[in-house]
Amino acid sequence: MLLIRCPYCDMARPELEFRYGGQAHVARPADPATLDDAAWGEFLYVRSNPRGVAAERWRHAAGCGRFFNCLRDTVSDRILATYPAGAPAPDPAAPASGSGR
Amino acid sequence: MPSPPSTTAVARRGPLDGQRLPGGASFTLGLAPAAARFILRGDAAARTAAGAAFGVALPARLGPAGSGAARAALWLGPDEWLLVGEGEPPADLERGLVAALSMHPHSLVDVSQRQIGLDLAGPLAARALNAGCPLDLRDQAFPVGMASRTLFAKSEIVLWRRGALRYHVEVGRSFAQYVVNHLDEAARRAPPL
Ligand SMILES: [Zn+2]
Repeated sequence: MLLIRCPYCDMARPELEFRYGGQAHVARPADPATLDDAAWGEFLYVRSNPRGVAAERWRHAAGCGRFFNCLRDTVSDRILATYPAGAPAPDPAAPASGSGR
Repeated sequence: MPSPPSTTAVARRGPLDGQRLPGGASFTLGLAPAAARFILRGDAAARTAAGAAFGVALPARLGPAGSGAARAALWLGPDEWLLVGEGEPPADLERGLVAALSMHPHSLVDVSQRQIGLDLAGPLAARALNAGCPLDLRDQAFPVGMASRTLFAKSEIVLWRRGALRYHVEVGRSFAQYVVNHLDEAARRAPPL
């Protein structure tokens, strides 16, 4: 089982307590009315699907209940960092703050 | 003129009423005393105000529960606490908290009847819990006093370690039977200490 460090609990917690929440840092367009259908569809449905490090939303659903963000390597399933929602994504090459196995 | 309808006092029933609960030398499971329970959500100012009215400071982060004689404040999330007053009528507790919180944006929900408390004790208690709860319950990770919302098998619980060999489990009343059966089975099947 993965151990995931929740940035709000500040504790490594078992994967079972968490839910995956999709790609992180997807910004809602400030003025949707000015978008054409293609651009709106892009925002709603199109997500990156990288082979390697991805920034993802996760929720500590059965713990503190909070959404936070996470850098995870989609090849190794290794979690490189976790950080509060709203914070910028850390540099994946920097020392890990949320790693756990 | 029809006579007014008569009213009958109906006794409240608990989900485990009339049951024999597990009890043995190395594991006992009992019902915790009836309690007033509230979920408070609010910011740091609301936390401080509620703590002053409650008589027990609300913890600012995950860790030991704040506890007094019969009251306890358990951290559930960065803006969320479970307040427990054993043996108190919920209305009394609510009155004091509402007054103290009137100047702070908050939500205060009476969950006294939503969940029940289980009292687990004995050298097998941690093993029985770990049959369904994935948390590390060793002293360095989950010391006496620590409280956290977590999972037991498929049920969400709040786990509070009240002593070296004693745990308090808050569980939704519709999950109580499931959790008790699981704990009982886990304790009975555990290898001897
Ligand atoms: Zn958490």
